[in-house]
Amino acid sequence: MNIPAELKYTNDHEWIRVEGDEAIIGITDYAQGELGDIVFIDIDTEGETLDKEETFGTVEAVKTVSDLMMPVSGEVVEFNPALEDAPELVNKDPYGDGWMIKVKISDPAELDALLTADAYTDLLSA
Amino acid sequence: MKKTAFNELHKAAGAKMVPFAGYEMPIEYFGIKDEHMTVRNNVGVFDVSHMGEIWVKGPKALDFVQKVTSNDAAKLTPGKAQYSCFPNGKGGIVDDLITYHYSEDKYMLVVNASNIEKDWNWLVENKIEGVELENASDSISQLAIQGPKATEILQRLTDVNLSEIEFYTFTVGKFAGIEDVIISATGYTGAGGFELYFYNEHADAIWNAIFEAGKPEEIKPIGLGARDTLRLEMGYCLYGNDIDDTTSPIEAGLGWITKFTDEKEFIDKNVFLKQKEEGVSRRLRAFKMQERGIPRQGYDIVTAEGEVIGKVTSGSQSPVLNQGIGMGYINKGYTKFGTEVYIQVRKKRIKAEVVKLPFI
Repeated sequence: MNIPAELKYTNDHEWIRVEGDEAIIGITDYAQGELGDIVFIDIDTEGETLDKEETFGTVEAVKTVSDLMMPVSGEVVEFNPALEDAPELVNKDPYGDGWMIKVKISDPAELDALLTADAYTDLLSA
Repeated sequence: MKKTAFNELHKAAGAKMVPFAGYEMPIEYFGIKDEHMTVRNNVGVFDVSHMGEIWVKGPKALDFVQKVTSNDAAKLTPGKAQYSCFPNGKGGIVDDLITYHYSEDKYMLVVNASNIEKDWNWLVENKIEGVELENASDSISQLAIQGPKATEILQRLTDVNLSEIEFYTFTVGKFAGIEDVIISATGYTGAGGFELYFYNEHADAIWNAIFEAGKPEEIKPIGLGARDTLRLEMGYCLYGNDIDDTTSPIEAGLGWITKFTDEKEFIDKNVFLKQKEEGVSRRLRAFKMQERGIPRQGYDIVTAEGEVIGKVTSGSQSPVLNQGIGMGYINKGYTKFGTEVYIQVRKKRIKAEVVKLPFI
């Protein structure tokens, strides 16, 4: 299981990479493995400002559909355009080419509540 | 949790195991899309040992099968099989099944794993004199070898001429050195191939022989996930999704397995005959998404204005079409092929078209 040390995580299996006042968000290696073949990423919240834990989109696998949740509050400034035609990138490279959205963070203090890589590893092994 | 005789072999092959109908079963090994396309274009092996097998024996075996199933079992001769259903006495369906005419006065009913107990109780309740019932589900294993290469590979393991076994017929013969294997030209994929029935003690020998014989073609094990997407592309009903105790075979488009001949009396015959003559208020229909979106069981089928006109019973992305496909009950007035309907996918209404089956 790949759990990069430099990222922060949520209980719902999203990851977040903070870059200044912006952040990149995706789903974890564990999450993509549980979902199986991903066939459609439905995100139409670009330009919207959402609260922490609000749904920013949905991910459709062959067998299941799952909501995508904001790890922190912020404005969705970009959706990964590559996922439009190649949603399987989330399976192949969940922390790289399979990133989902870029967010302008509203309240950096919320970052403190997220899980570290170690805490996320514990969550998975619990 | 029950296990089939192949449980360890699935785990060794890297399967993701899930609980299904009381059994621990493989949902996927390499990914559903990969497995799906393997069966469509090449060949794959499904463990379907969780399915139930019930024997009906005795001088009145045919009369009993005729009473409890909707299709005309009098049309069968030994070596022939037919798709059928058990009507539930209230105009619904207890289960769907395959009736095998094994030999004179002997039939094998192959039923869904989730319904074995319910079916058994129903059959016992409706039993007649001159019939003996036996639930052999726990001692019989079943493998489905499906795909365009299936016949060629299996032929290496038997002297029975497989290309002579027509669709929905079967033979009992020696396979991979094992006597009395039921070799049936049936399946739930639309990709061609066979289903094999044998006693549990031969499970390892038969599995290993098939994978050894299929090595040059890169034969693969296939999970229940791809089994579902394969059957949906063909529009085959799944009990619990598309048919159940509240749906009639006439509504479900299963009129072709509901036979109203003078010689055949069966449970709910009059109910279904009336539906056939007077029409029904809803029909099971297939639809194809015209925009991006994937229908799922339980989603509403609506008009452009949002009026609910039906419900999705099965839905998925079709790996062959790369498009959302589904089935569902749709109210009278909206069931004509080519009708534009909408599927309520969360907050969005996504356009779909009522189409003929199969999807591919």
